[in-house]
Amino acid sequence: MSDQREIWARLAGLTPARIGLGRAGSGQTTRSVLRFGLAHAQARDAVHAPLDARALGAGIEALGLATLAVASQAGDRAAYLRRPDLGRRLVPDDRDRLAAAAEGSCDLALVVADGLSARAVHENAVPVLDAFLPHAARAGWRLAPVVVATQARVALGDAAGEALRARAVAVLIGERPGLSSPDSLGIYLTLDPRPGRTDAERNCISNVRAAGLTPDKAAFKLAWLLGQALSRGLTGVRLKDESDRALEAKSAAPQLRADGSSPPPRAGSEA
Amino acid sequence: MAYRHVVGPRSWAFADLATLMAKATPPRSGDRLAGIAAESAEENWAARWCLAEVPLKEILARPLIPYESDDVTRLILDTHDQGAFAEIGHLTVGDFREVLLTASPEILARIAPAVTPEIAAAVSKIMRNQDLILVARKCRVVTRFRNTIGLPGTLAVRLQPNHPTDDPAGITAAILDGLSYGCGDAVIGINPASDSVQALGDLLKLLDELIQRHAIPTQGCVLTHVTTTLEAMERGLPVDLVFQSIAGTEAANAGFGVTLPLLKEAHAAMLALKRGSLGDNGMYFETGQGSCLSADAHHGIDQQTLEARAYAVARPFRPLLVNTVVGFIGPEYLYDGKEIIRAGLEDHFCGKLMGVPLGVDVCYTNHAEADQDDMDTLLTLLGAAGCTYVMGVPGADDVMLNYQSTSFHDQLYLREVLGLKRAPEFEAWLEAIGLTDGQGALLAGAPNRLLADASGIAA
Repeated sequence: MSDQREIWARLAGLTPARIGLGRAGSGQTTRSVLRFGLAHAQARDAVHAPLDARALGAGIEALGLATLAVASQAGDRAAYLRRPDLGRRLVPDDRDRLAAAAEGSCDLALVVADGLSARAVHENAVPVLDAFLPHAARAGWRLAPVVVATQARVALGDAAGEALRARAVAVLIGERPGLSSPDSLGIYLTLDPRPGRTDAERNCISNVRAAGLTPDKAAFKLAWLLGQALSRGLTGVRLKDESDRALEAKSAAPQLRADGSSPPPRAGSEA
Repeated sequence: MAYRHVVGPRSWAFADLATLMAKATPPRSGDRLAGIAAESAEENWAARWCLAEVPLKEILARPLIPYESDDVTRLILDTHDQGAFAEIGHLTVGDFREVLLTASPEILARIAPAVTPEIAAAVSKIMRNQDLILVARKCRVVTRFRNTIGLPGTLAVRLQPNHPTDDPAGITAAILDGLSYGCGDAVIGINPASDSVQALGDLLKLLDELIQRHAIPTQGCVLTHVTTTLEAMERGLPVDLVFQSIAGTEAANAGFGVTLPLLKEAHAAMLALKRGSLGDNGMYFETGQGSCLSADAHHGIDQQTLEARAYAVARPFRPLLVNTVVGFIGPEYLYDGKEIIRAGLEDHFCGKLMGVPLGVDVCYTNHAEADQDDMDTLLTLLGAAGCTYVMGVPGADDVMLNYQSTSFHDQLYLREVLGLKRAPEFEAWLEAIGLTDGQGALLAGAPNRLLADASGIAA
């Protein structure tokens, strides 16, 4: 028995999933039930925490990038949760400001959006951009000013990318907070952005956070996908992420297991 | 043609069948988001009165999306069983409800191919939760791959061992935990974080080796896009079930990157592998109310009717498993526990009435107004309704997809309260390896043979 308990303790160390919980008859132990309830309460609170757009903008500008702050047509969190259509649309004035800021065409527009977890953006957006810039410099990609968007959904990037005359848009957005991961960032890459693009036309890199796919690896994947997208002229389900091979070929490290891209979209799983 | 219903001094009018069905739908946020919901409680019930008087023949004659413009409509009408329909064609929606309440399992099985998704959705709208449970319980849909799913008195469980970075050791640990609670007869199904074929191959081999090593009478699945699975099959990787998310309109399916011909191609490829030992039901589909609206492909039709149309997409492929991921999509479609519970019962009922092996991912997200108590309620109701399978997620917390589903413990609870058994082959295997007694109850303190190879991965 104690041997088995020891094995379960070791197995539990291999995954953040809640395994080896034990049981009280058919139910969970009191400790498990209370831990779960507390985590749910924290995740609920995270959904409603606002984005600190000013601090975020300052962090991005410290990397040497210009920023533009925009808002979606969802006026507050309550409207955002009930009206995803409003979260996908830019306030008209903001659209015009982006169009005015566009200096000719560019290769990539980066949009940093609160989505459903401002905390994910606070903690991961700047590190991802920081790690991505050397890749962009090496490839010679021209970048638009970074858009910081509040009460925004993924598809808001389509309107922003179009206004900025970008060949592709990458939206860095707070994913729906999980019970064990209230800090997870998603990155959605879409070629030739314009309103009306479908989820099947995007590539997704998900679970970007210190305990998941690290910002360095996420930036590598984004650069790999963008390179493929621009040269082959496509994003979405027909562009398969083979960046693992590139990563393995590049580094001598054996078996870097850090996949984090494109979970199969479950019905409407958009952030 | 307009539909009318008079309530006292007020005459309610509904411009067409799609409008009538939307207005008659029990309230939910997604139909409000689409701008098609009833605007008052009275309008909602006037529409239900009106819908109850519509003949089933008329629903069949008036496709909500034109035949010419949608391949799901063409599929529904081209495969409709006119002979079986003769048995119910003369009924109104209201009469049909009463027939269903009294029908035997044999009659329900006979009429299933005559039930279009629009007919199933229409009658569900005038049924109370208890009606949805009572009728669904009588509909039996039995499917087989390496075991037998859906027999009366059974409930299967999909073991869902997801890991945020697809770590093989972490996934194996979660599978061993789930099997030790007696989960996994529906499928051991991983949602991968990556969609690379290489990562997919690693996971497929992991599942195949584990199932073979322990001789588990079940099937594996890595839930990735069907085009990726096709590529995996071409590379000779061990694919048991072929998975795809589907929806109820051609345009919404295009949003998922799938077409009916693509599904046919994948179905044929699965059959050619002949990996099922007891049967060839090898497709696995997921659905969920709101996916068409989310893809801007709803044609002004209510989300519950569109969801039933997704089951019509699944039906010709004789799937092993179909589940609605009922609370996953978020509060803009199903706002709170009450709406999620209602939708779960509707989806299960409509699928079963159409002859599809419906399971339910009883679940919610952290931005919905719902919690574990709501899930307990829905799970218990679905157990009473004879639900084909539910999910088994460690501690109910999916650490990859970031939502809460049902736990390994939850199915134990349901089995104890309702006396539900597992798929018989799987039940026998659990007893043979000494994890359960002759009644299928877990043996406390029994030596766990599955842990024999755990030392390797836990080192």
